[in-house]
Amino acid sequence: MSTKINVTVNGVQYSHFVEPRLLLVSYLRDVLHLTGTHVGCDTSNCGACTIHVNGKATKCCTLLAVQADGCNITTIEGLSNNGELHPLQEGFNECHGLQCGFCTPGMIMTAADLLQHNPQPSEADIRHALDGNFCRCTGYHNIVKSVQYAAQKMKEKEVVH
Amino acid sequence: MSTNGLIGRAIKRVEDKRFLTGHGNYTDDIVLPKQTYASFVRSQYAHARLLNVDTSAAKEMPGVVAIYTGTDLVDVNGVPCGWQVNFKNGDTMKEPKHPLLVADKVRHVGDAIAIVIAETIEQATDAAEAVMVEYEELPCVVDAAKAVQSGAPLVHDDVPNNKSFDWVLGNPIEEVNEAMRKAAHVSTLEFVNQRLVPNAIEPRSYNSSYDPATEKYTLYTSSQNPHLIRLLMCAFVLGIPEHKVRVVSPDVGGGFGSKIFHYTEEALLTWCSKKIGRPVKWTSERSESFLLDAHGRDHITKADMGFDANGKIVALRVKTYANLGAYLSTFSSCVPTYLHGTLMQGLYTTPKINVDVTGVFTNTTPVDAYRGAGRPEATYLLERLIDLAALEMNIDPADLRFRNFIPPFDGVNQPGYQTQVALQYDSGNYEGVLKKGLEMVNYAEVRREQQEAAHNGKLVGIGFSTYIEACGIAPSAIVGSLGCRAGLFESAHVRVQPTGKVSVYTGSHSHGQGHETTFAQVVADKLGINLNDVEIIHGDSEAVAFGMGTYGSRSLSVGGSAIIKSIEKIIEKGKKIAAHKLEASADDIEFSSGKFTVKGTDKSIGFGEVALTAYVPHVYPKDLEPGLDFSSFYDPANFTYPFGCHIAVVEVDKETGKVSLKRFIAVDDVGNVINPMIVEGQIHGGLVQGIGQALFEGAEYDENGQLTNASYMDYCMPRADDFPMFEMGSQVTPCPHNPLGVKGAGEAGTIGAAPAIVNAVIDALWSGGHKVKDIRMPLTSERVWHAMVDA
Repeated sequence: MSTKINVTVNGVQYSHFVEPRLLLVSYLRDVLHLTGTHVGCDTSNCGACTIHVNGKATKCCTLLAVQADGCNITTIEGLSNNGELHPLQEGFNECHGLQCGFCTPGMIMTAADLLQHNPQPSEADIRHALDGNFCRCTGYHNIVKSVQYAAQKMKEKEVVH
Repeated sequence: MSTNGLIGRAIKRVEDKRFLTGHGNYTDDIVLPKQTYASFVRSQYAHARLLNVDTSAAKEMPGVVAIYTGTDLVDVNGVPCGWQVNFKNGDTMKEPKHPLLVADKVRHVGDAIAIVIAETIEQATDAAEAVMVEYEELPCVVDAAKAVQSGAPLVHDDVPNNKSFDWVLGNPIEEVNEAMRKAAHVSTLEFVNQRLVPNAIEPRSYNSSYDPATEKYTLYTSSQNPHLIRLLMCAFVLGIPEHKVRVVSPDVGGGFGSKIFHYTEEALLTWCSKKIGRPVKWTSERSESFLLDAHGRDHITKADMGFDANGKIVALRVKTYANLGAYLSTFSSCVPTYLHGTLMQGLYTTPKINVDVTGVFTNTTPVDAYRGAGRPEATYLLERLIDLAALEMNIDPADLRFRNFIPPFDGVNQPGYQTQVALQYDSGNYEGVLKKGLEMVNYAEVRREQQEAAHNGKLVGIGFSTYIEACGIAPSAIVGSLGCRAGLFESAHVRVQPTGKVSVYTGSHSHGQGHETTFAQVVADKLGINLNDVEIIHGDSEAVAFGMGTYGSRSLSVGGSAIIKSIEKIIEKGKKIAAHKLEASADDIEFSSGKFTVKGTDKSIGFGEVALTAYVPHVYPKDLEPGLDFSSFYDPANFTYPFGCHIAVVEVDKETGKVSLKRFIAVDDVGNVINPMIVEGQIHGGLVQGIGQALFEGAEYDENGQLTNASYMDYCMPRADDFPMFEMGSQVTPCPHNPLGVKGAGEAGTIGAAPAIVNAVIDALWSGGHKVKDIRMPLTSERVWHAMVDA
């Protein structure tokens, strides 16, 4: 038994028949071949699979593909704009906010959600917002700095515009 | 040698972009033509005899391609152990078979009983659930100290008392006992260095295929050392010729030791891929990772440190039971012995040391190297004991360390320091890092705040850890004499392209360490070329001649040194080419900043022109081969010995026992530094794993051998809001025996951090009058509260 879903992912419309039990993360990775979204656990704790569903950071390992029917989805592959890196992507490079890179897409998507709602977060705000994303490499120190860098960069851009 | 100033600079990482844009290429991202997927039937019991495994219903399930059980593999070898440790009486360690699938009895929860291969992962999982297993449950044992007692259940029927080995190192025990008897003060600790789960965020993943046309296998594996996997799998498990196997480790999402080892699934998938003639992929689920990825630590120890009346250490005596789990993982036997016992000198002049280790089988997940591997356990033991002794003798803990430090030596003008436990330290300035740490923390001020806090009914504590580690693993002849069944050199092939661009093929493997940047910095600096004219290639046995991989903080000191050897050969040949072009003698050519120059003249040609000439050899020395392409192997002369000082400041809530980490100061001396940004990042990550052990993490088995916290819901992983910003300091004492003077930075944070935290908490409790000797890690609120009220 398959169910038809229509989704917009990174600005592209897709229509597929999927098994009702197919996880959204498997749909993105195995059907759309968007492998930038990762699976690090089976309990929705690690956050490696974080994407944006209708603009909100969402762990897509515990969402079924059929639940995303009609939704607008952004993954890490859709975050940069015409080849120009998002300030968070730039910040993670500038501040060495990644090592193995596996948690990075989820970490950036969570931080992007934070900066949408809280453009000038404190260190404590950032640490609290990233609480649902595990990183085993960086010790979080440089991830916090990366998000601070991005917030500053976005503020400067706003002033220019 | 030439330099353009790239070494020592915080260059931004060149590998970042693919990870930041979602274009990393991890093993699970790879889907091959005609791909199949595997799921496993795993033991629910810690110890049970298999009475029957019925696959008949499962075989009829939709999409099933094949199912294999232990009886299909009785003629296939198990995965080997790479390090032989002998019993005190000279007997070889007990090394029972670790089968790819179990046929007789399961020995830990998660032991593999059957593999189910299907068209999709969902079909494989469904069918695996339909395999019926009949067990006869047996009594089990999970605690190493209990497992050696007579009458304990036997994990392997032919291993008496569950002892894989017993082992001793250092001065004769009689001499140590005598020194201990004469000591003015003896501090004693009986403690557990608890079991940890490595938890790389990328679960292990393998994809193996067989091509009948070429009779070649290809294994994609999330491994830290693809060549070692190929060697072990071909030569010891499957008996396949090595040249018929390609092993690729693409992007790997963290390892921390747990991806060094040759796991049963790698060999089994490879075996299956030929049987079914299609590629087979398996990616561990997190709940499987908890049960299968080799765990770390798990020591039960009693240790005594004796002091004279002036606070000088006169003796150290250590007895440890090391839990090895159900089978010997690849390097499990060397971790509690040669990576632990050999570090018992610490930074101190202790004249008499005896360390005695028993390696024990239990019905638990195998234990092997986890970030630090043996050295965190040794550091924990020494640094807890010296801080406890300071409290007991009422001597300041920093002062007690200063009284006992080995004096500074550079390994060039002064010789290396010969320890009582086999190793010879290369160079060190141990008092230097503690002095710097004391300045950074503003020690007098923190002690004043502590007194003020105590006056106001608050508990503030400060804890020290001054550590040393043995890295840059390792001189092949030395480790060979100690039982290692491999060489521990590294290879590097540097290929200068005709256009002067450079491809470097290294046997080191990057899974987060940033080799694509650091190694390129070294090469570009030494050749005087642009960083982006260098590419680092690693992780593919078909591209890279050979490699021992990345672990033990060895990549730069061993792998980087191999690269330097190849670069030296390139420059030497380049001088001959340049000399011919410039009509001079090769002896008169200097190489600097990318130019070959005739000494004392302005006659020169650039590196690019020499490269082109090597491949278009029209005007060329008669006796010289064309090309500019060299391979080298580097076998280090000694281990490297990074060291440092970590200081924690904590506050303990009197009502709840909750520990708050207020400050953490890390002063690390890792020798020369190529990229300070990357080195700091390595240390940050290590700190969180060390602090994680002290405050949050710990694998908990119940008496039935069930791992009760085998998920991220239950195992307390360190999170972003558990930490303050770290205060980082550094000191540089170059390594005297490798060309870059580097020592390695991958494990420093993990090795130093845990005892600093525990010492700080104990110090806080003493400041409130609770004279607690030890609290078992992790220091949960409950444990700290109990320690306070029980003291």
